[in-house]
Amino acid sequence: MKTEPQESAGGNKIARRSFLRYAGVGAASVGLLSTAACHKDHGIGPSGTDIGVGDIGILNYAYALEQLEAAFYTQVILSPYSGMSSTELSYLTSIRDHEILHRNFLKAAIGSTAMINLTTDFSSINFSSRASVLGAAKTFEDLGVMAYNGAAYLFKDPNYLILASKIVSVEARHAALIRDLINPGSFAGSDVVASNGLNNSLTIAQVLPMANTYLKIKVSASNFGYVAY
Amino acid sequence: MNLFNILKEIEKVDPEVHERMSPRRDAIKNITSFGSKVAVAALPLAFATIFKKAYGTTATTSVSTVLNFALQLEYLESYFYNQGMASTGLIAATDASVFATIQADENEHVTFLKSVLGSAAIPMPAIDLTAKGTFPNVLTDYTTFMAVANVFEDTGVRAYKGQAPNLIGNQTILTAALSIHAVEARHASAIRQIRASHGVNITPWITGSASISNDTGIAAANANYGAGASGYPAESNVMQGGIDVTKLASAYGSTTPYNVACEAFDEPLDMASVLTIVGPFFG
Repeated sequence: MKTEPQESAGGNKIARRSFLRYAGVGAASVGLLSTAACHKDHGIGPSGTDIGVGDIGILNYAYALEQLEAAFYTQVILSPYSGMSSTELSYLTSIRDHEILHRNFLKAAIGSTAMINLTTDFSSINFSSRASVLGAAKTFEDLGVMAYNGAAYLFKDPNYLILASKIVSVEARHAALIRDLINPGSFAGSDVVASNGLNNSLTIAQVLPMANTYLKIKVSASNFGYVAY
Repeated sequence: MNLFNILKEIEKVDPEVHERMSPRRDAIKNITSFGSKVAVAALPLAFATIFKKAYGTTATTSVSTVLNFALQLEYLESYFYNQGMASTGLIAATDASVFATIQADENEHVTFLKSVLGSAAIPMPAIDLTAKGTFPNVLTDYTTFMAVANVFEDTGVRAYKGQAPNLIGNQTILTAALSIHAVEARHASAIRQIRASHGVNITPWITGSASISNDTGIAAANANYGAGASGYPAESNVMQGGIDVTKLASAYGSTTPYNVACEAFDEPLDMASVLTIVGPFFG
C-alpha cells in the first residue's frame, strides 16, 4: 500500500513498509507461539482465522468488520424487507455501496497479507422484517464506530490512522441515519454517546465476540488479547 | 488547586513524576467509559501525561495545541446552538429535540476539553455568527441556520480527523478525540437528514463528483469542502492510500461510481485551513 503523498516520509517510508511486510508475514508464527503457550489448537484453520500483528493486524480487523457489513447490506438489497420505502431503499443501497468499497479498498490496501474471505451466518436476522434488518444494521454500524475508535491508538503509521478515520466518520453517519430510521432523534442516543458527549469505544477483544456471532469462520486476535475458541 | 500546574512544576525536576504517581495505562485507561464525574477528576492527570513525550511519535504539534484548536471549534458550535435554541421561532418544533441533543453534546465537548486542558484552556473568544455579514440571517432564517449547522458539523469532522496523526499512539487523548469526531459525524448526518426533510437535495454523507466537492448548496462554504493548505485533498477525493478507489469493483461491476467513492471516505483538513475558514466567525 502506498502512502498519501503529503504524508510521505522519505527514506523512512521504505523502512516502515519493510517492517510491516515482515510483521504481516510474522503473524502466523506469532499465532503459533500463542497457540503453544495455552496448549490449544486455535491457529489459522478452516473454521477460524486471526487478524495478525501490528498495523496490518488492525487493518485486517477493519477488513473483517467491513466484510461482515458488506455481506449484510448486499443481502438486504437482494431481499428487501416488506414495506421498504423508496427513500429507505435508496439509503440502504448507498450504505451497501460504501461498505463494499470499504471492504474492497481494505483488501487492496492490505495486499497479500489480507485475511481470508469470511463466511457469514445471518440466521439470526429476519431479512423480511424491517425491525430485524434495521436492528442488525444499527448493531453493525454502532459496533463499527466503537471498533475503529477503540483500536485507532494501536496504529503506528499515521497514514493508516488517517485512512481508518476517513472510514469511521462515514460509519458514524450511517449509524446516525439507521438509528433515526428506527427511532427519529436517536442518532446520538445515550446508549452510544456517553454523558460527556463522547462516543463509546470498544477494544478488539470486546468487538470480535459480537462480530463472530454473525460469522461461520470465527475471527481471533491472539496478539490483541482475544482467541475465538 | 491547580493540579496541572503542580505536575508541570514537578516535571521540571522529575520528568518521571507522572509514571511514579500513577502508571498511566492502569489509572486512566478508557476514561471515556467512566462516568463523567470520574473522568473529569482523572483528566488533569491524563492531560499532564502528554508532556512525558513517551509515545514515540514524530508529531510536530503539541497535544495542548490540538486540544485548544478543538476547544475553539467547540466554543463556536456550542455558542451557535445555544443562540439558535434561544432564538424564539427559529427552529421548527418538529426538529427542536434534535437540535437540543446536538446542543447538549457540543456543550459537553466544551466542558470535557476545558477539563482536560485545565489552566491551559483558552478562554471563549468573541464570536460573530454572521461571519462578518456572510450569514446575516443566521439566527432569524431557519434555512440559513440549518445550512450553517450542516457546514459546522462537516467541518468539525474534517478538523478532528486532520489532528488524529498529532495524537498517534496516545490511547487516552486520541481515543477521546476520535470519540468526539464520531459524535460530530452523527450530528452531521442528523442535520443533513433534517435539511433533506425540508426539501434540500442532500444525503447524510458528503457526496460529490470530479468537479464538485461541496454538496451542501452553500457556495460560501466551498473552502470547507475543498483541498487544504497542507495538501489534504478535497472531499471529492477518490485516491485513498495511493489507490484510485473508483477502479475497485462494486455492486455495479468492475469499477466504483465516482459519487460512491466520494461518499465512502470523509477527508481530513489541516489546522491552518480550518482556522482560515472559521476565522470570520471570531472577533
